[in-house]
Amino acid sequence: MSVFIDAQTRLLVQGITGRDGSFHAKHMIAYGTKIVAGVTPGKGGQTFDGTVPVFNTVADAVTAARPTATVIYVPAALAASAIFEAADADIPLIVCITEGIPVLDMTKVMPYVREKGVRLVGPNCPGLISPGKSKVGIIPGNICTPGAIGVVSRSGTLTYEIIHQLTGRGFGQSSCVGIGGDPIIGTNFIDCLAAFEKDAETRAVVMIGEIGGTDEQQAAEFVKTKMTKPVVGFIAGQTAPPGRRMGHAGAIISGSSGTAAEKMQTFAACGISVMKRPADVVPLLQERL
Amino acid sequence: MNLHEYQARDILRRHGIPMPDGAVASTAAEAQAIAARLGGAVVVKAQVHAGGRGKAGGVKLAKTAAEAGQVAGKILGMQIKGLTVEKVLVVPAADIASESYVGCIVDRASQRPVLMVSAAGGIDIEEVAAKTPEKIHRLPVDPRFGLLPHQALRLGFALYRDGAQARAAADIMQKLYAAVYAVGASLAEVNPLVTTPDGTVLALDAKIVVDDNELDRRPEIAALRDASSEAPSEVRAREAGLTFIKLDGSVGCCVNGAGLAMATMDLVKYYGGEPANFLDIGGSSNPQKVVNALTIITGDPSVKAILFNIFGGITRCDDVANGIVQATRAFPLKVPMVIRLTGTNEKEAMAILTAAGFTAGTDMDDAVKAAVAQAQGHAA
Repeated sequence: MSVFIDAQTRLLVQGITGRDGSFHAKHMIAYGTKIVAGVTPGKGGQTFDGTVPVFNTVADAVTAARPTATVIYVPAALAASAIFEAADADIPLIVCITEGIPVLDMTKVMPYVREKGVRLVGPNCPGLISPGKSKVGIIPGNICTPGAIGVVSRSGTLTYEIIHQLTGRGFGQSSCVGIGGDPIIGTNFIDCLAAFEKDAETRAVVMIGEIGGTDEQQAAEFVKTKMTKPVVGFIAGQTAPPGRRMGHAGAIISGSSGTAAEKMQTFAACGISVMKRPADVVPLLQERL
Repeated sequence: MNLHEYQARDILRRHGIPMPDGAVASTAAEAQAIAARLGGAVVVKAQVHAGGRGKAGGVKLAKTAAEAGQVAGKILGMQIKGLTVEKVLVVPAADIASESYVGCIVDRASQRPVLMVSAAGGIDIEEVAAKTPEKIHRLPVDPRFGLLPHQALRLGFALYRDGAQARAAADIMQKLYAAVYAVGASLAEVNPLVTTPDGTVLALDAKIVVDDNELDRRPEIAALRDASSEAPSEVRAREAGLTFIKLDGSVGCCVNGAGLAMATMDLVKYYGGEPANFLDIGGSSNPQKVVNALTIITGDPSVKAILFNIFGGITRCDDVANGIVQATRAFPLKVPMVIRLTGTNEKEAMAILTAAGFTAGTDMDDAVKAAVAQAQGHAA
C-alpha cells in the first residue's frame, strides 16, 4: 500500500516531448513507472523513447492507453488548460509540476476538478513518489528508500533534504507527496494526512510547511482530533520578512497571518513534534516511534 | 506587483467606477497647473508603495492652486517608509458624508475571490478585522457565475439604507470584480468608498496588487511596474531571472529551491548569524547564473561570508562545482565562501572544490556553522 500512486499506476505524460517533459519522463521510466502514453499537440503518431505512443490530445491518449494518472509538464501559460483537459477526460489523478500558473486561473480550475471528482496534486509541486513502486514527477528516486514514513511537503529541494536525512538513518518512506508552493492547490496537508492515517504501510508522518496561509494550522487540528499516528513537523521561513513573496507564490505572510511562529505554536499545541531545523527530523521520529 | 494609486484609479475608472477627476504630477509646477484646471480645493497625495501615507504627511489639502504647488513641492522628494516620493496625485477635495470599505481579495482557504465590505471605511481594513471583525461582511464569489446581482445588492444594503446608494455600491462592486479578472489582481480595494452630501457614491482611493504570475501574459500591466520603489539589487536579480530578497545580515546565501533557501536562512539564525538575503538560484548549474548570483550577493557591502547550499537531485553536484569554480575564476571573491553540495555525484563535486581551494562539505549544519563563523571572524 502507499498513498495515491502504486506499482499499478498507469501514467500519461502531458508535454512529453518538451524539454522538461522528455527529461523527466526518461527518469520516471528508469525508476519503473509505467508510462503508457504521452500528449503533445501536433506530435501525435510519434513514439517517445522507443516505447511510449504520443497523442495530440488527452482524450485520444485515454481512449488508446487507459492511463489512471497524468503528470503535466506544460508551460505556465498553457498549464491550467492542460489540467482542464485532463479533468475533462476523467483521469482520476492529475499531478501538475508547473510553476507560475496565475492564481485566478486556479480559482476556475478548482471548481471543475471538484465537480469531476478527480484529484489534483499541485500545481507548482515536485510530484509524488512511492519508493520502489512508482514515481510521478521529479522527486529524485535515488534519495528515497521504501519504508514506513509518510512525507508531505510544500517544498521541492527542502523535501529532498529531509528525505535524505530519513534515508541516511534507516527511516524509509511509504510515500512522499509534494503538494506544492502555490496559494491555491488541489491537495492539501489534511488530504495527505488522512490518506497516511488510512495507509497500513505508514507508521508516522513528516509534514514540511512554510509561511503563508492557514493550511498547516488546520492540518494541526486534524492531527489532534483525527490521527493516531505520530506526526513530526517543520516550518520553513522563521526568518522571512512579512509581506514579501519568498519564491513560492504561496509563501507570503499577510498582515500577521501565516507566520512561522504561529504555525509552530499550533503544531506544538496539537501534539505535533516540532523540528527547529531539518536535522531534527530523525531524533524526533525516534522519540515518537 | 504593487500598482500606484493613480494607476489603480485609471484601471478602475476604465471599468466604469465613478471617481473624481485628477491627474498625476512630478513637479510642483505640474501640480499647480492640475489644481488650476480642476478649480477649487484639491488634495495632493504622495504616490509611493507604502501604507500610512496620510500619517507620514504625504496627503495634504490645498485650498488654492498656488497652495497646491507649495504642498506638492514639500511632498515630492519626501521619504515615506524609506521610499522617495517621485509623483503626487492631485484630485479635487470632496465633501464627505460617509466612508466605507469595498475590496476583493483572492482567498486561499476558500480558493475563491472574496468580496469584503465594511461601513468602517477610511481605516486600515486589517485593523478593523482585528478589532471589530463583525463590521466586515464577506462574500465568497463563485467564479463560474461571477458576482451575482442579488449578492452585490445585499452587500450594498450592508453599507447603505438608501436604495439608490445601495444599488450604486452594488454596481461599483460588480465593476471591481470585473477589474480583478481583467488585470489579474490578487487584491483590489476602494478605501474609502464615500457618499457626498448630495448622495453620490464615489471611490476616493484605489489600490491594486497584481499577481506576479499574471505579468508574462499581461505585458501592458507589467509595464506599469515602478522599479524605483525596489532595492536596486532586487531589480537586478529579477532582470537576471533570480529570486532575491535583500535582508539585513552578513551571511550571503545562495540556495537551490525556495523552501530550502528559507530553511537555510533560518538555520543561519539558529546558529547565531544573520542572513543577508534570500536567493533561489533554481536547478541550474550554469556558471553564468552562478556569476549573476555572486555579483548580486557581493554587491551588498554588509556580506562578510557567502554560503552556497545546493541539494542536487536531478541537478548534478559536479556540474554545480564546476560552475562555481568557473564563475569564481572569472569573478574572484573578496569574502570567504563555504559550499555545501549534497546529492548526485557529491564525491566528485567535493574533489573539484577542495582542489580549487574552497571549504566544501556535504552536511548542511556544518556548512552553516562555518559560514556564520567566517562572517563573524571577518567582521572582527
